[in-house]
Amino acid sequence: MTSFVRNQWYVAAFGREVGRELFARTVCGEPILLWRTESGAVTAMSDRCVHRRFPLSQEPSRIVGDQVVCGYHGFTYGADGVCVSVPGQKRVPRTARLTSYPVVEQDSFVWVWIGERELADEKLVPRAPWLDHPGYTTVSGMEPLAARYDLLVDNLLDLSHETYLHGGYIGTPEVAETPITTEVDEAAGVVRVSRRMDDAACPPFYANSTGIEGRITRWQDIEYHAPCLYLLHSRVAPVGSRPPEPDGTDPDGFHMEVVYAITPETEHSTHDFWAVARDFAPDDQAVTDFVHDNNRTVVLQDVVALDVLEKAISAERDGYQELSINIDTGGLAARRILKRLAEEGARATAGSTSAGAEARGSA
Amino acid sequence: MTAHDPAALPGGVFRVHWVPGADRLLGVCYCGAEQEFEDPVDLWNWLLGHPEAPEPAERQRLARA
Repeated sequence: MTSFVRNQWYVAAFGREVGRELFARTVCGEPILLWRTESGAVTAMSDRCVHRRFPLSQEPSRIVGDQVVCGYHGFTYGADGVCVSVPGQKRVPRTARLTSYPVVEQDSFVWVWIGERELADEKLVPRAPWLDHPGYTTVSGMEPLAARYDLLVDNLLDLSHETYLHGGYIGTPEVAETPITTEVDEAAGVVRVSRRMDDAACPPFYANSTGIEGRITRWQDIEYHAPCLYLLHSRVAPVGSRPPEPDGTDPDGFHMEVVYAITPETEHSTHDFWAVARDFAPDDQAVTDFVHDNNRTVVLQDVVALDVLEKAISAERDGYQELSINIDTGGLAARRILKRLAEEGARATAGSTSAGAEARGSA
Repeated sequence: MTAHDPAALPGGVFRVHWVPGADRLLGVCYCGAEQEFEDPVDLWNWLLGHPEAPEPAERQRLARA
């Protein structure tokens, strides 16, 4: 039984990764082929030819106009995944169609729906509008993680680990020392964790990018939209400066919107999409380069740690004991929501499958 | 979000405060019920398993209390 949360939107790629070349990525165990039609729209379908399962992303498969031609025997598919021609005969079998996936391209991400396609609702795709907003400068990347996705959820919901794993980059003693407030919106599937540091050391990541010298007020407000999107609204400002105005303007604050898309690849591997959007020094390339390189270093510190943790956990017997303390309040809430969503997703799929069987049986 | 005001919690929302100066957690249900815990696992067991949210009138009464 898979632990994937089905009937959900997942980030499959950055929009810039998908073009007129065939591109493949596995999401929740499903190999998906992504490409753009001549009109520029992203289309997503199974990356396995219905004939002999040849991966369509593999050369010499190719795009011709708005069709994909399998490089093994020439089965040809339209942008909707329907097979339009097969070699040597005029009749195309009725069942010759690739599973196609609902797609939304938004906020620089390509989202795909994993589950029953009639349940896909584009309005449910969570937003990260800063990533392609003209008022922000964004750096981003994707790091392969050889660990189950819930380890990354745990990691990101408890930022006290910054003090230890990311010391010298984004961690200072105050992060681990400052109490958090946690909020769960059950219906929306959102966990919020807030940590407000009134007087903290400024770690190199913020000192070098903002130019602040001395101590800072530092706010970390997390919004986790289960299962895939994680937002960290980060605000730093010199101690003693003005707080945000009631109307939301904040002339003294430096803001970074740190975004992760946590996409399961397999049961034991994850696509770790990351992005940082800032509203200061927008045209300073040196700051852009610094934020990119430093943040990627931090992401890779997590990747190394979680890869090791995955190996350790995989070697454990089932039912191993953990210990949770106050810092884990948000992570525990996220686990509860993921468990509920997984159960609901499995029920919806089972209901759809049995309804389909009934419909076929009565035909 | 940091202000402790259970009356402001919309339906279906739970909040957990780290009690200032202590190692305890205060769970607040949208129905107005509150309870302190030492263990976050026990806290979520109580909060998310909170038996049948009361009717709106009872919720308002609890929120005012």
